[in-house]
Amino acid sequence: MKIFLDYLWVFLIGGTICMIGELLIITTNITSARILVTFVLIGVFLEAIGVFDYISDFAKAGINVPIIGFGASLAKGAIGAVETHGFLGIFTGGLTATAGGIAAAIGFAFLFALIFKSHTKK
Amino acid sequence: MDDKQRNEAYNQYVKAKIPKTRAWPSLFNSFWVGGVICLIGQAINDLLKLAFPMLSQQTNWTLTLIILIFIASFLTGIGVYDQIGKFAGGGSIVPITGFSNSITSPSIEFKSEGIIYGICVKMFTIAGPVIVFGVASSMVVGFIYWIISLF
Repeated sequence: MKIFLDYLWVFLIGGTICMIGELLIITTNITSARILVTFVLIGVFLEAIGVFDYISDFAKAGINVPIIGFGASLAKGAIGAVETHGFLGIFTGGLTATAGGIAAAIGFAFLFALIFKSHTKK
Repeated sequence: MDDKQRNEAYNQYVKAKIPKTRAWPSLFNSFWVGGVICLIGQAINDLLKLAFPMLSQQTNWTLTLIILIFIASFLTGIGVYDQIGKFAGGGSIVPITGFSNSITSPSIEFKSEGIIYGICVKMFTIAGPVIVFGVASSMVVGFIYWIISLF
């Protein structure tokens, strides 16, 4: 039963966040780059004020899979690195924490761009 | 007709031609597609937890995201993700899979312009601003914490 409730929360919260994105697109004709930037900044902000972990405890993938989670781990990395390395952490923290995701996105994109051809848009 | 009037007339024309997305179906679709992508993420995360119990939670999430990024990148390559995108709008953009799609999609599209100027340059048309804003804002946050840690 607990796992069912957990998954229901994940679905509802993740869906709501995506719907807010769609609402922004419909009402303001905002481009997808701006949507992504906006949500990353929201994630950085939520982590910086310390709220993100509380949401993450019950929302799990509902907040970690949307790009808000990417922003939050950038901020989390920066904060953690400042605590352990001091000033240098400002520069190393963010990218270190998100290195896996960024490298994966770039690497796979490069690989698949070499393999696949463009699909003509209908 | 002076320039201003002509521009206005043109804008009116463009507005009339832009396909109107009907609000309610697209909101509903973005809701459930986005929700399902998050559910897939949660399922991958739980399976990883079962398979590799020794991993820390953070490592587990990183692996989950890498797997999602791989799936989205592959689906973009075979042309499926763009179909999902047409259907779900925000539901396919906001999750990390949308970030992956935003990198893979232009690299494939501009492949014909060569590997350096096509794939590698166009790769960052959408992801560039995301990474720049993300890194810059994380530096601001880090700087604020560093100042606080001094006292």
